[in-house]
Amino acid sequence: MAQAQIRRAIESGVPDHIPYLHPKLAKNYGNWKYHDRPRPGVLHHVSHSGDEVWTVRAGTQRQMDVFTIRKLCDIADQFAEGRVRFTIRSNIEFMVSNEAKVVPLIAELGRHGFPVGGTGNSISMIAHTQGWLHCDIPGTDASGVVKALMDELHEEFIREEMPNRVHLSTSCCEINCGGQADIAIIVQHTKPPVINHELVANVCERPTVVARCPVAAIRPAMVNGKPSLEVDEIKCVCCGACYPPCPPMQINDPEHSKIAIWVGGKNANARSKPQFMKMVAAGLPNNAPRWPEVAEVVKRILRVYKNDARPWERIADWIDRIGWPRFFEKTELPFTKYLIDDWKGARANLNASTHIRF
Amino acid sequence: MAKKFHPTPNLDQLESGPWPSFVTGLKRLAKDKDYVVDLLGHLEHSYKTRKGYWKGGTVGVIGYGGGVIPRFSEIKNEKNEPVFPDAAELHTLRIMPPGGMHYDTKTLRQFCDIWEKHGTGLIAFHGQSGDIMFQGCTSENVQKAFDEINEMGFDMGGAGPSVRTSMSCVGAARCEQSCYDEARALRSVVNSTLDDLHRPALPYKFKFKFSGCPNDCMNSIQRSDMAIIGTWRDNIRTDEALARKWFAKHGVTELVNDVIARCPTKAIQLKDKAKVGKGASISSVAVSDSQALEIENKDCVRCMHCINVMTGALATGTDKGATILVGGKRTLKIGDLMGTVVVPFFRLKTDEDYDKLVELGKSIIDFFAENALEHERTGEMIERIGLVNFLEGLDLDVDPAMVSAPRTNPYVRMDGWDEEVAKINAKKAAA
Repeated sequence: MAQAQIRRAIESGVPDHIPYLHPKLAKNYGNWKYHDRPRPGVLHHVSHSGDEVWTVRAGTQRQMDVFTIRKLCDIADQFAEGRVRFTIRSNIEFMVSNEAKVVPLIAELGRHGFPVGGTGNSISMIAHTQGWLHCDIPGTDASGVVKALMDELHEEFIREEMPNRVHLSTSCCEINCGGQADIAIIVQHTKPPVINHELVANVCERPTVVARCPVAAIRPAMVNGKPSLEVDEIKCVCCGACYPPCPPMQINDPEHSKIAIWVGGKNANARSKPQFMKMVAAGLPNNAPRWPEVAEVVKRILRVYKNDARPWERIADWIDRIGWPRFFEKTELPFTKYLIDDWKGARANLNASTHIRF
Repeated sequence: MAKKFHPTPNLDQLESGPWPSFVTGLKRLAKDKDYVVDLLGHLEHSYKTRKGYWKGGTVGVIGYGGGVIPRFSEIKNEKNEPVFPDAAELHTLRIMPPGGMHYDTKTLRQFCDIWEKHGTGLIAFHGQSGDIMFQGCTSENVQKAFDEINEMGFDMGGAGPSVRTSMSCVGAARCEQSCYDEARALRSVVNSTLDDLHRPALPYKFKFKFSGCPNDCMNSIQRSDMAIIGTWRDNIRTDEALARKWFAKHGVTELVNDVIARCPTKAIQLKDKAKVGKGASISSVAVSDSQALEIENKDCVRCMHCINVMTGALATGTDKGATILVGGKRTLKIGDLMGTVVVPFFRLKTDEDYDKLVELGKSIIDFFAENALEHERTGEMIERIGLVNFLEGLDLDVDPAMVSAPRTNPYVRMDGWDEEVAKINAKKAAA
């Protein structure tokens, strides 16, 4: 049988980064001495060799059309010797060898609608996931939540006026691909999955689905003469873990898939050890296209934190000092019974002391 | 010119405001592509009904078992035909970037040309695992697009139960706090596990992440199976000129409140310049003619705070390497797990050191492949079998730096105690 030549992949793996480095970065690789920040959005690094490089950081929409990327390339060619890099939070960075180019570069980015900032004690771009645009299990849209919130937080992106850096993330289900953050916005389902029993037998590998449930609430069952699965709805914690391996177990619901807010996640070892974030608000509506109720809670927490925290306190450090009762008091968020952990290891989150701030 | 746009009253509201709008970007692409016209219609339908409508499937490229994220539309009419036919298939290619995510514009423009030709023209920099996400192309075009990207020297990333695409911080390329060559370590380790990356056959996903210092900008401790976090063993370095410059600008109040008082182990003191200690483990630096900082490095836990505040005046040491932590992941299904220490200090200076890191990574993957249950991550496996079994399986020595405190309960079989003491003493004597 005639067949077109099959091209085998070149299994080259991760490409070498050295050819892509800005020349100043390549020359001073591993030899940097210190940095400072001449203005928000700009980093100034000085090498032991005496070389200096200025970095201008700008926010992007993360999923970019080719026209936006080409525009950023034009700007890089004009000002940054044709090199850029991206941060983990989808900010783009232009390295500049000559300080005189910094101000014109910022002006050019501004002219094309790219906010310059995200450095130092700012609120940086929100780390986010795919959502309705592309994910197969999303409870909400990530890009939309991020766009709506960053519009509201824009002033804090372009300034450095927070007590310490603030990292945000959004996630469209409880898997939490957006990751730990000072403040995280995460879908929280509140009703058990709705099962299409017609499809389960054909679509789902039933033992896998049973094994996936963290509370053993799923069991095999015959429904209308067909092999299917059933959920013990009293046991079910509505986590949605059964939905990816078994799409007929629909967990998303326009009304009952709510949004929860988490605070105090911290990856850095600076000062305290890294910390997981904690849930502090829930039941917020999944109110596309601009999620105003979510924005209101996030902005309220940020406002209180900004006014109350001391210099260099991340949200976790601030709460460590003021205590949880005052956090809820100051933010006027209700502390309900649902915020008391009862999962594995929960006792570590209970107050085993008389340390109470009155 | 593409076909007529679907009405998108919800998405239209995401075009106003100061932040760059992905909707505006999609609309610009839709001017030339029916594909994106229908993609916008599809997304608007999600906004209207507040639900997602993509299902997975099986799409790939020749020779690899993963890396393409297949998506087929589930918005169908009564005849089971897609309502948005031009966007009925919307697969994503995950492509691995260079460590530190550096690019030249020639490469980015080539990416654009390829994706404009074969896909939607929408590219995400980057996905949460660190991939370049070429978002949206048909089944037919997946191979064509990949072939062109692959010819440029870029390769497919991970998906499914496999080694995943990794990330490293900017590190040595532009950060004074870098404690090893992060991008080199990433490339060495990941490129030695490509078979497990491209052909998913592990119990579940396995992630490496590389951060150059304990600030952990890659969030490795919370979201990687093996976190390589830079650190140092010798003393904090100091620079008097920069320390004096910092003090002249910030003064004693900030020095006390923001630097000294925030040291988690009280390793820093403010001293009269004349009374600064001189021991081998002490770093000191004058901030003025009368006062100096004194750091007892034996007490320092390398948290980075003082170095972050007084960059350059204080700096990481020169005996550099990394702490290796294993088992970080998010909730599902036994609860959140931080990575925990399995090697307190792994020197990363010579070629041989990097080779050893590659070997350790491979050994951990082998152990994981042989011992984890299906859909179990390393952290869950260690929770099930105990850290000691993991360490013994990898021939790693126990160390008190691996615990926040020793055991608090007596429920353990201890008749091997004398033997263990003898082993430790023998090792000490041999060292």
